Amino acid sequence: MSFLIDSSIMITSQILFFGFGWLFFMRQLFKDYEVRQYVVQVIFSVTFAFSCTMFELIIFEILKVLNSSSRYFHWKMNLCVILLILVFMVPFYIGYFIVSNIRLLHKQRLLFSCLLWLTFMYFFWKLGDPFPILSPKHGILSIEQLISRVGVIGVTLMALLSGFGAVNCPYTYMSYFLRNVTDADILALERRLLQTMDMIISKKKRMAMTRRTMFQKGEVHNKPSGFWGMIKSVTTSIPGSEMPDLTLIQQEVDALEELSRQLFLETADLYATKERIEYSKTFKGKYFNFLGYFFSIYCVWKIFMATINIVFDRVGKTDPVTRGIEITVNYLGIQFDVKFWSQHISFILVGIIIVTSIRGLLITLTKFFYAISSSKSSNVIVLLLAQIMGMYFVSSVLLIRMSMPLEYRTIITEVLGELQFNFYHRWFDVIFLVSALSSILFLYLAHKQAPEKHMAP
Amino acid sequence: MASLDRVKVLVLGDSGVGKSSLVHLLCQNQVLGNPSWTVGCSVDVRLHDYKEGTPEEKTYYIELWDVGGSVGSASSVKSTRAVFYNSVNGIILVHDLTNKKSSQNLYRWSLEALNRDLVPTGVLVTNGDYDREQFADNQIPLLVIGTKLDQIHETKRHEVLTRTAFLAEDFNAEEINLDCTNLRCLAAGSSNAVKLSRFFDKVIEKRYFLREGNQIPGFPDRKRFGGGPLKSLHYD
Repeated sequence: MSFLIDSSIMITSQILFFGFGWLFFMRQLFKDYEVRQYVVQVIFSVTFAFSCTMFELIIFEILKVLNSSSRYFHWKMNLCVILLILVFMVPFYIGYFIVSNIRLLHKQRLLFSCLLWLTFMYFFWKLGDPFPILSPKHGILSIEQLISRVGVIGVTLMALLSGFGAVNCPYTYMSYFLRNVTDADILALERRLLQTMDMIISKKKRMAMTRRTMFQKGEVHNKPSGFWGMIKSVTTSIPGSEMPDLTLIQQEVDALEELSRQLFLETADLYATKERIEYSKTFKGKYFNFLGYFFSIYCVWKIFMATINIVFDRVGKTDPVTRGIEITVNYLGIQFDVKFWSQHISFILVGIIIVTSIRGLLITLTKFFYAISSSKSSNVIVLLLAQIMGMYFVSSVLLIRMSMPLEYRTIITEVLGELQFNFYHRWFDVIFLVSALSSILFLYLAHKQAPEKHMAP
Repeated sequence: MASLDRVKVLVLGDSGVGKSSLVHLLCQNQVLGNPSWTVGCSVDVRLHDYKEGTPEEKTYYIELWDVGGSVGSASSVKSTRAVFYNSVNGIILVHDLTNKKSSQNLYRWSLEALNRDLVPTGVLVTNGDYDREQFADNQIPLLVIGTKLDQIHETKRHEVLTRTAFLAEDFNAEEINLDCTNLRCLAAGSSNAVKLSRFFDKVIEKRYFLREGNQIPGFPDRKRFGGGPLKSLHYD
């Protein structure tokens, strides 16, 4: 009986998450495009719903809601469904939509998408070989095999995003890094842009006039047909008038067009910097500036800790909650009921981690989607994002285990089987370090290079 | 060659509707082989014979400014785009017949271009909703072009064309529906070519011939004569 009640609660919450994913898709991701293939929207919402359910189960575990055996059952079921989606469905549909875009293969879409999916499975399988992630006692198609590989990909993604985010966050928040941009700079650049456009226009006018004159005078009965005809008509010079060489002008126009594109991008950049300067003078801007200093300290500390972990080959045994409580009890001498507080504090901590990581991921995905999608590739990109999101959330569950006190970890350990959790944490540290250091290098280079281009001497 | 007069026409629309293909078709009389994203603005020039076939025939340069991007771009990109909207004589609004959102976004595009002169900071003060009042005193001729006509199935054609007719009416503009990969859509003498020619004539007239005596904006009677060649009400 209680199992039925528990299941109905789970299903209701899953439907809620599904609805949220649907709305997010329609309002945020696809707001400039038309949804023609509803299957894409369904897959995205389903992936989102099942990923959020996993987090919900963690919270239930901490708060001891629902019956323990029904929790275990739902964990297993949820995990199976998510793995099914991430390994079978989404890659297949990605292949299908890629193939649909290519006109040549349109007839045998299904065949080629199956081929693509098999290639994906091969590489996915090969991924597990170089990593010591499993004890070899398991069969081929067990959950542990799939989860271990999904975990590797997901943890890599998490570490990359986290490393870049840790460095980028103080860089964008702090106004110390803002270049000084005046209105005069922007006006000067705009004038150059318009001048370049005028030059392009005058050259194109010459070309149009030349073509018309040639058409009217000489070549009416001699239409350029075929390759040689066109070459002849371009370079034929009519005696008595100077006919400029069209190909030469076309080359000049191409160079000028490239220049105009560069100028456009630089101007947009200057406008963006100017807006940020304005924003930093407001209250909110100052608040974020202060936060930026705080985050930069946090970022440096994290990089330091990651290096220590790798160099001294240690993996944290206790979670921050128990550690914090130990410190307060032992060093600060404050006595309080450990069990009661540890439950609530873990709940709050884990809750914050979950919410910020979901929100951060959705925002990043949206930005990424706007930057690279077009009307042809939007389906493929959304499915790729759904795949990334699913893998990210699964590995979050893997890693969150470390932040929870021992008694709550057991369920995750039971459900996920015998994975080498320590390996994942080590792998996370390595990739985080690599990502953070390369982001610092990259931002440093970008920052140095920009001001020299358009500041007036 | 630079001695001919010129008019400036903007070509606006969502990303991927086919503006670059259209401009290439109009100016080079060829189909664009490898369309790619337009960054910033690309310009092309077309020679147009105003009042063709009459003794007053004169050739003009028509500059087609194809502005790339989407309506949802960051405000810094919008401010940069705004520099192209200066002294515009005509606007061609392009939408994709297979994508309804691109037709709806045309309202926002036209607002962005037309409000440029009213609000010098380049920030849109409207909430983006369409308001007929704003188009009532619009002096700049508009033309609505729907692309990818070949991708609409025969059975759906009627419904799509009805919808676009309403759209064109909202803008008080003519409309043309074509396929940018087919040269015959704009063949000389076809109804599309005639509408195009009329639009360019109207743009040239507004720019060069109607400045004497038309200083009152928003005069409601003039709306009724939009769409065709203006009757000569305002000549001396």
